[in-house]
Amino acid sequence: MMTRISVTVDGSTYSDEVEPRMLLVHYLREVVGKVGTVIGCDTSNCGACTVHLDGVSVKSCNLLAVQADGHEVSTIEGLARDGVLHPMQEAFRACHALQCGYCTPGMIMQSLDVVRENPTPSEEEIRKGLEGNLCRCTGYHNIVRAVEQGAAAMAGSRTADVMAGE
Amino acid sequence: MIPAAFDYLAPTSVEDALAALAEHGDEAKVLGGGQSLLPVLRMRLGDPSVVVDLGRIDALRGITDDGDHLVIGAMTAYVDLIASEAVREHATVLTKAVEEVADPQIRHRGTVGGALVHADPAGDVAAPILALEAQLVITGPGGERTVPASDFFTGLFETAVGDGELLTSIRIPKHTGWGGHYEKFVRVVHQWSIVAVAATVRTEGGTIAEARIGLTNMGLTALRARSVEQALVGCEVSEAAIGAACASAADGTEPPSDLNGSADYRRALAPVLTRRAVLAAAGG
Ligand SMILES: Cc1cc2nc3c(=O)[nH]c(=O)nc-3n(C[C@H](O)[C@H](O)[C@H](O)COP(=O)(O)OP(=O)(O)OC[C@H]3O[C@@H](n4cnc5c(N)ncnc54)[C@H](O)[C@@H]3O)c2cc1C
Ligand code: FES
Ligand code: FES
Repeated sequence: MMTRISVTVDGSTYSDEVEPRMLLVHYLREVVGKVGTVIGCDTSNCGACTVHLDGVSVKSCNLLAVQADGHEVSTIEGLARDGVLHPMQEAFRACHALQCGYCTPGMIMQSLDVVRENPTPSEEEIRKGLEGNLCRCTGYHNIVRAVEQGAAAMAGSRTADVMAGE
Repeated sequence: MIPAAFDYLAPTSVEDALAALAEHGDEAKVLGGGQSLLPVLRMRLGDPSVVVDLGRIDALRGITDDGDHLVIGAMTAYVDLIASEAVREHATVLTKAVEEVADPQIRHRGTVGGALVHADPAGDVAAPILALEAQLVITGPGGERTVPASDFFTGLFETAVGDGELLTSIRIPKHTGWGGHYEKFVRVVHQWSIVAVAATVRTEGGTIAEARIGLTNMGLTALRARSVEQALVGCEVSEAAIGAACASAADGTEPPSDLNGSADYRRALAPVLTRRAVLAAAGG
């Protein structure tokens, strides 16, 4: 039995017939074409597939596409604006917070969740906030630096918006 | 991995969910937050032909104050429980335990009710529920019944919730003024408990007046450490006195042996973690 779902992904609404057993991550990659969201494990441990559902982070391998019916999903592909990286993406680049880059889409989406909850997280809060995201390359050090720098840049751009009267 | 095919129902009321369960019998499986069921389906440890999603039933979500009890809807997500000032104030050991579950992404989706019905002996929600002497409200075709936490966990991954029934809410007697702490022992963050201890205590002028202790992963279900609870009554809040009272924490338990530790290792951990949990709960 196919089920019709309607999901907003990175600002555009999609309506599709899916099998109820289809995982959200497979829907995003194979139906919508958002291949920036990757699959790193079979156990929901690694966090590589992290996206936002109605603004909060979830592991898209541990959710059915039908559960997202009527909801809003944001992926790594929706962050850059007109070819300009999001401040958190830019911070990961500047801090060498990736090597192979496989964990990066999930790391960045979870980092944004950390900053949503707490715009000025301490090193410990960042490490705790990223406990569900594994990186096999970097040793996490530069990732933590990047989140600090990204959070500061985001706070700075909000201040700039306010000063510009936005 | 991809689950086997199933049909999907998303009722918006408890009545409709019960009707779906009655119609499909043991072919049906209830979907809460999905954080344990999705892995089960993906590994094909289960292959229901119908999945009944409770996610669209608003009535199952939320925390209300019912005088001397807090009532927690079964579909209340971990993140909402952690954010509740009422739970932190009147059932602090539960807040502390849920803060230690899994990782932020899973705490956004996983539910208190789903965790209790899943009844993994290494899960972190059962021990504080036992320690708080909560009441579990189960709804079935014949109406509602209430089961005390001490009768709820009946075996490995087994509870008093029968086929065709739902856990609908959890009633927690307010433990206002009681301290609470959850001491979870793991080797790496975001791991299931090797052993953990939920302690809630009431102190009077530097001595313990009452104590309730729940143990995680010391047997097929979460357990109460009743001999420790008795030994703690009248105990001065000091490391030595509490340590002595907690020495029997592993008595009568049959903990598992696995890659994370042998049964003997767990028996050695239990008194140490219990002492730490009680000291922290008593503010010592
Ligand atoms: C990577 C990872 C790490 C984890 N680490 C931990 C950890 O450290 N500590 C811990 O405690 N847990 C951990 N969990 C498990 C997590 O806590 C689950 O969310 C929880 O066990 C199940 O809750 P759920 O709402 O997701 O239920 P689901 O997965 O939807 O359901 C679980 C079971 O309960 C049944 N069910 C659900 N709701 C009801 C209801 N209202 N009435 C009747 N039956 C119902 C379902 O049919 C199913 O059998 C982890 C999970 C993952 C994937
Ligand atoms: S792919 Fe989702 S957590 Fe690893
Ligand atoms: S950069 Fe390779 S896994 Fe993180």
